[in-house]
Amino acid sequence: MATTQNLERTTSMQDAPVITEAKSPLAGVLRYAAIGLILLFLLLPLLTFLINAFAFRWFYPQFFPKELSLQAWDNIFAPNFKVGEALWNSTLIAVVVTWVSIIIGIPAARALGMYKFRYKRVVEFFILAPIIVPGISISLGLNINFIRWGLSGTIPGVMLVHLIPVMPYVVLTLSGVFANYNADFEDQARTLGAGPIATFRYVTFPAIFPGIMVASLFAFLVSWSQYILTFLIGGGQVITMPVLLFSTVPGGRNPNIAALSLVFIGPAILILILTSRFLSGKSAIGGFGQI
Amino acid sequence: MTFWERWRIPIMLAPTMAIVIILFGGALYYGFLQSLGWQPRIGNTELSLDAYNNILFAGPQTEQFWRGLVLTLWVSFASTFLSAVLAIGSALLLRQTFVGKRVATFLFQFNLPIPHVVAAIGILFLFSQSGLISRGLAQIGVIGAPNQFPIVVRDSLGIGIILSFVWKEAPFLGVIVLAVLQSLGEDYEDLARSLGANRWQRFRYVILPLILPGLLSGSVIVFAFTFGSFEVPAILGVRFPRMLSVTTDRFFRDPDLNSRTEGMAISMIIAVIVLVLVFVYQWLSRRAIRQE
Repeated sequence: MATTQNLERTTSMQDAPVITEAKSPLAGVLRYAAIGLILLFLLLPLLTFLINAFAFRWFYPQFFPKELSLQAWDNIFAPNFKVGEALWNSTLIAVVVTWVSIIIGIPAARALGMYKFRYKRVVEFFILAPIIVPGISISLGLNINFIRWGLSGTIPGVMLVHLIPVMPYVVLTLSGVFANYNADFEDQARTLGAGPIATFRYVTFPAIFPGIMVASLFAFLVSWSQYILTFLIGGGQVITMPVLLFSTVPGGRNPNIAALSLVFIGPAILILILTSRFLSGKSAIGGFGQI
Repeated sequence: MTFWERWRIPIMLAPTMAIVIILFGGALYYGFLQSLGWQPRIGNTELSLDAYNNILFAGPQTEQFWRGLVLTLWVSFASTFLSAVLAIGSALLLRQTFVGKRVATFLFQFNLPIPHVVAAIGILFLFSQSGLISRGLAQIGVIGAPNQFPIVVRDSLGIGIILSFVWKEAPFLGVIVLAVLQSLGEDYEDLARSLGANRWQRFRYVILPLILPGLLSGSVIVFAFTFGSFEVPAILGVRFPRMLSVTTDRFFRDPDLNSRTEGMAISMIIAVIVLVLVFVYQWLSRRAIRQE
C-alpha cells in the first residue's frame, strides 16, 4: 500500500514581537572582513592553478609571473601525455555508471521510499554501508576476485567497482523523492488505460525527474573523481583523469600538473552549474561528502 | 495476494542488493580472509591471526602501525573539528541579508565538486615553501627566502593534510548547516530575543541545538571519510609517520607476500574502526531521540 508523507509545517511565531538590535557600521565591516577571509582561503588554492598553468619562468619571489605561456597546454595535449585517452575513459566510465546506477536505483529507492516492510532497517544499513567503508579497504579486498574473474585491468571491471560508492547516493537521493511522491496519479493513469510503460513515461518519470538529475550529478561526480578504486582495480591499465593526474604529481612540472588539474575539474564544475537549479534542500547535498 | 504483491519489494531491491552483497560484501569477506593469510595462488589456505599480531603487538611494523594510527586519528579529529567550526561561522555569516550574499554563497559552495586529489595539489601550490603565500610574504618583506617559510605541507604533523580536508569539508558542512538555518527561519530567535536572550544565549540555547543533529551526522561522515582517505595523505604526507591508508597501500604493493597480508589486516582495522564509530553514533543518536 502506498503511503505518502505529509511534512507538517513548523508552526510559525509571526505574532511574536520583534525587537531589532541597533546595528553599528563596524559590525557590517567585520562581517565583510570575515566572509572575505573565508572566501580567500577557499578560492586562493584555485587561483594557484590558473597562475601555474599559464606561468613561464615564474621565479621566486614573484607573486604573479612576469611571463605567460601556453607551453603547459602544449605539453599535456601532446599525444604521449594520454590526456585524450584519460578524458575518454573517464567520460565513458562515468556516463555508463550513472545510467546503470539510476536504472537499478529507481526500483530500490521506490521500495525504500514508499513501502514499509520487514528488515527495512537492515536493507537501508547495507545499502548505505559503502559510504562509510573507505575505498582502499574495498578495492584491496576485491582485487583477488577481479583478477580471477578477468575483470582486473578492464573498463567494465572499473565501471562495476565504481557502482559500490555510487549506489548509496543514488538510492538515498531518489528514496527521498519517492517518500514525498503520490502514487495515486499512477492509479488514475492506469484506470484511464495507460500501460505500465506509458504510466512510467508520462506520470512517474516527470514527477521524479528533478531527483534523477540530482542523483545523476552525484553519480557522475563520484565516478569522475574516483582514484583509488580505479587504480587498484584498473591495475594501472585503465587510465582515467584522476589516475593520470596522480601519476603526474611526483616529479611532474608544476605548470603541467596545474593545466591537467584544470582539465580534470572543468567538467565537474560545468555539470554542477548546469544542474544547480535542481540542487535544493539538505537531502541533496549529502553526495558531496565523498567526492 | 498475487505473486507480484508478495514479491515486488524483493524484486525491486534485488539489483541494488546484488551490487552491495556481491561486490561490497565480497570485498569485505575476501579482504578479511586475506588478512588471515589466505593466498590460494601460492597454495596458502591455512588461516591464522599472525598478521594482526605482527601489526598490533610484536612485529617490525608495530611502531609504524601505532604511530600511523595516532596520526590518522589526529588528522581526522582536527579536520572534522576545524571544518565544523568554520562551517558554523560561515553559515551564520551567510544566512544574514547583505549586499553580495548570492555571490558569496555561490563562491562558498564552489569547491564542492572539486576532487580531493586537486584539493591536495592546490594546498601544495599555496602553502609550500615556494608557494603563493610564501611569495606574498617575501613581496612584503616578511621573509627573505623560501626556506624561511615554515614547513606546513609534507610535514610530520599532517598540517597540510588537515588544511586540504578543511578546505574541502568546511563548505560541505557549511551548506548542511545553512540549509537547516534557512528552513528554520528566524522565528525561534526572534522569540528568544523578545524574552531577553543576548547574542551568545541565542546561539548557545536556540541555534546550536537546532543545527546540531545535521552537523553531527555530517561530521561523522567527514570523520569516516578522512580516516580512510588515500589521495590527500599520499600527496601531502611524509614517509614516517604515514597515515594508515597509505601504509596499507605500500604493504599491498610490496613484493613480499607477507606484507600483503599485513596490508590487508590494516585495511580491515580501518574498516572496523569507521563502522564501529558510525554504529555507536547511530545508537547514541537514536537513544537521544527516544529520551526526548
